[in-house]
Amino acid sequence: MTDASLADPAAIPLPPRPKPVREVIYRHTLLVRATHWINVLAISLLLMSGMQIFNAHPRLYFGQYGADADTPWFELAAKGPDDKPQGVLRLGGLELNTTGVLGVSKGPDGQPAARGFPRWLTLPNDQDLGTGRRWHFFLAWTLVINGLVYVAWGFASGHFRRDLAPTGADVKPRHIWRSIVDHARLKHPTGEEAKRYNILQKFAYLAVIVVLVPGIILTGLTMSPGIDAAFPWLLDLFGGRPTARSIHFMCANLIVLFVIVHVVEVFLAGVVNEMRSMITGRYVVPREHAS
Amino acid sequence: MNRRIVSRRGLIGTGAAGLSGLLLSGCDRLTGAPSVQHFIGHAQSLSLNAQRLLLAGQPLAREYTAKDLSPMFKANGTSMPTSDDYQTLMNSGFADYRLKVDGLVGAPASFSLADLRGLPSRTQITRHDCVEGWSAIGGWTGVPLHHVLNKVGVLPSARYVVFHCADDLDDSLDGSGQYYESIDLFDAYHPQTILAYAMNGAPLAVPHGAPLRLRVERQLGYKHAKYVMRIELVERFDHMQGGKGGYWEDRGYEWYGGI
Repeated sequence: MTDASLADPAAIPLPPRPKPVREVIYRHTLLVRATHWINVLAISLLLMSGMQIFNAHPRLYFGQYGADADTPWFELAAKGPDDKPQGVLRLGGLELNTTGVLGVSKGPDGQPAARGFPRWLTLPNDQDLGTGRRWHFFLAWTLVINGLVYVAWGFASGHFRRDLAPTGADVKPRHIWRSIVDHARLKHPTGEEAKRYNILQKFAYLAVIVVLVPGIILTGLTMSPGIDAAFPWLLDLFGGRPTARSIHFMCANLIVLFVIVHVVEVFLAGVVNEMRSMITGRYVVPREHAS
Repeated sequence: MNRRIVSRRGLIGTGAAGLSGLLLSGCDRLTGAPSVQHFIGHAQSLSLNAQRLLLAGQPLAREYTAKDLSPMFKANGTSMPTSDDYQTLMNSGFADYRLKVDGLVGAPASFSLADLRGLPSRTQITRHDCVEGWSAIGGWTGVPLHHVLNKVGVLPSARYVVFHCADDLDDSLDGSGQYYESIDLFDAYHPQTILAYAMNGAPLAVPHGAPLRLRVERQLGYKHAKYVMRIELVERFDHMQGGKGGYWEDRGYEWYGGI
């Protein structure tokens, strides 16, 4: 760009040199891209409306019952005087001061108020369980329908077998170790290797597709008294409605953890190229490292 | 090429900023718009229809044993109705209590507690699921609602059973805070749908809805009307109070509480 020859047509042309090969592949099909972005929107809003619902009773229990008189294993609470409340996160016997964010945060009037998650994280912002639930169930249907389309297509098109199933070579301990070391050094695959998912990437995606999303859907259904009457085995599978609510919360946290790592990797691997491939499908294969 | 990447980056940046703006600020004006709320409300009929399909065989909600009982069953909502009429009834041990059953029925009737205890009873230990997310297990004894409905004869035009209660959650002077609830006949005839007059082997205590409360086990707690004074069979409920079929429904909760 600073080369004067580009700006000045009268300049003497440089001697021709071999043009570097810029290899562009079609990495993500339209269906993968569409379902991915629907997921981004649905999961973001599910998390926000989920925090709204959690705030109605910001305590979690294990077992068949759990209410105010029972001991929670996790809690976001307010303590201390009403005019100067302190927000705390309690996990088992541990208590952390989280004033300003968890337990106590600014209300609509700017004054500190008792609140599990802060208003800027919840949908809607104000405490409104009915609206939070309406959003949550609308988005849950969206996630389920979107997920079913993706899974049906994933099997039918061979996407799962071709792109996500770990190969024999993938799961060799040496190879997995190599991939761990590469990730730790923030070294990303190039050339042929960059055209396919690496093994840690496959494990992460499969964990979300096979464990976390089905887990969060099933534990969500277990919280429904109607579904429990239709499928009582759900209560046995998860060990009770309060336990299901706890596992639902844990799955949500693990999904957040996945999203953080996923987005960090997008930036490390090259945000423009990665975003382009997820929007247009086209991906520029990073060139092999010198040597 | 360079320009394309910059503009694409700009596009992505704008999109990301817009999305995070929507997400982080909540953008209540957009998400709270009546048209948006109306649209997402359609998922509610999807949930109701899906559950009705799954519950077509009228399976029972899980029943627990005495050792599963919550040590302390949380009393939610009203714990002491303040009206003079209720206080008078309570002070005489509900001896003068009469459950009125009317509306679209063949023969309107009223029942004393002794009348209700004389009808076939059912005892069930079930889990009470609050919309807020907590659960408590309690044992209930009462008369299955269908016995009462059969006594008065439900007319073919009736579609809903409305429960009028003694408690006014807002202590309103005009009755706008009067608790009421409604269920349809699908749930009204379910064997576990009972009018409970006893809890954990003792007469129902005031905080839990004495002298009579509804148990509709496959729905959330707010459907389980306490302090039931009158049962009315109706074809529709949109003319009643807020028009949504219940105290909490008028304040934003969904009519169907199975989810």
